[in-house]
Amino acid sequence: MSLKRACAIAGVAESRLGVVPDSTVMTLQAEALVKALEEAGLEKSDVDAVFSSGNWGRLPQLQVAEYLGIQPVYSDNTSVGGASFEFHLGHAAAAIQAGLCKVAIILYGSTQRSRRERRIFEAHTDLGYQYETPYGLPIPVGAYALAASRHMAQYGTTSEQLAELAVSTRAWASLNPAAYRREKLTVDEVLDSEMIASPLHRLDCCLVTDGGGCVVVVSPDLAKSLPKPPIWLLGQGESHSHAQISEMPDLTITPAAESGKRAFSMAGIKHSDLDVVEIYDSFTITVLLTLESLGFCNPGGSGEFVSGNRTAPGGEFPLNTNGGGLSYCHPGQYGIFLLIESVRQLRGECGDRQVSNATLALASGTGGVLSSNSTCILGLE
Amino acid sequence: MAEELPDPDSSPYWEGINIGELRYQHCDHCSTSIFYPRSICPNCGKPDPIWQTSKGKGTIYACSVIHRAPPTYKEDTPYVVALVDLAEGFRMMSRIIDCDTNSVKVGQRVGVVYSKDSTGTQVPYFTPNNS
Repeated sequence: MSLKRACAIAGVAESRLGVVPDSTVMTLQAEALVKALEEAGLEKSDVDAVFSSGNWGRLPQLQVAEYLGIQPVYSDNTSVGGASFEFHLGHAAAAIQAGLCKVAIILYGSTQRSRRERRIFEAHTDLGYQYETPYGLPIPVGAYALAASRHMAQYGTTSEQLAELAVSTRAWASLNPAAYRREKLTVDEVLDSEMIASPLHRLDCCLVTDGGGCVVVVSPDLAKSLPKPPIWLLGQGESHSHAQISEMPDLTITPAAESGKRAFSMAGIKHSDLDVVEIYDSFTITVLLTLESLGFCNPGGSGEFVSGNRTAPGGEFPLNTNGGGLSYCHPGQYGIFLLIESVRQLRGECGDRQVSNATLALASGTGGVLSSNSTCILGLE
Repeated sequence: MAEELPDPDSSPYWEGINIGELRYQHCDHCSTSIFYPRSICPNCGKPDPIWQTSKGKGTIYACSVIHRAPPTYKEDTPYVVALVDLAEGFRMMSRIIDCDTNSVKVGQRVGVVYSKDSTGTQVPYFTPNNS
């Protein structure tokens, strides 16, 4: 059984991004929903399935559907960190294929910037976390720092190579009017930025912004009758290997190894067939590890892979073309924006940052502390 | 809501720490060392792993010098958090103490020491001076 062409994306939208003080998580999601439905040529009354990954309040799935006035017949609150939305797309495809729903919305919103929620917070103290909490590892950055230290020791990866990825991603952001940080960035500026948890500097870390997004997923029959060219799901895979970093089997191999294998096999394509790649960049090291786990390069080869502006505009490997979580936006969980950018690239709507003749895109979300991954392959045909 | 500590899985571990013993579990069915403590073996799924005591010697698998700490540990910065591979075949998180923070390296040999953390709980740390 395969999810290939089981569904298509008919509408995508962001809410206002960056610093949006006059908002709540609900207003941001409502804003994105209205725009995404308008783009899809659908009404709210057409929506029969809701997928969200809210981390606010009590029973967030119920709260957001209530606020928007939707009573779904299919509901999925899979919440596995920033990768949740790539999981949602796979789950929506399965539900649509089974005939359980026809129009699914994937939603996210966060006001973490305006509400000054701390990104470096105290870990949970109970169950498995009781064996980590006493040591004061800042979560999530400290966990990613441990993985970076291991990759450097094992493979000789350097801070300069991590910085190159941040610099290339910023160059993409400079072409995106919606990006939060657009000014030029140099490798030296990354290396000179404050050390947070060695070897990761401040500029190895993603932004903290407000923002929301919505993706409208529809059945194949419906997709063909809507205004935008349908963007088809061709392959998807998902996996998670741990919750806390001390339980990660190998700090250099993420669950993308498993999910990527499934996604490529389902889509029936090779790595070299892809035109554009969007990989969750919570930290620079996240991208390097994911590139290896997805098989774009050999284990240990990612430092060299991202060097020499290879992933920058004009480079051979267009990566994180909206400017990523590092420079475009990162409202707590970024995965929905990987899907939004992939769709826009495939539709050819990206203006100065458009990758020419893009027909195949990959979006790979990572959540938790390198804990979860879902990888989606999308196509114009 | 936080569960009360120690809990039924962790009591033998924390009792050990209080008397200077680093305890872990071993599954006799599949010969796997287990950490953190559980009621079933995460490898083969058989119940009731056996408690053992580690000699407390290991090597650093990964490490980071923390400069921006969670509020409770702000006063301690900079400090080294590491994942330590114990000789008995399990991995745990700890801090590396009594050392030059910038000289701590992946692959370095370390040994366990016990001390109270800033909340007054006795916890296992590791040091290169006791490897």
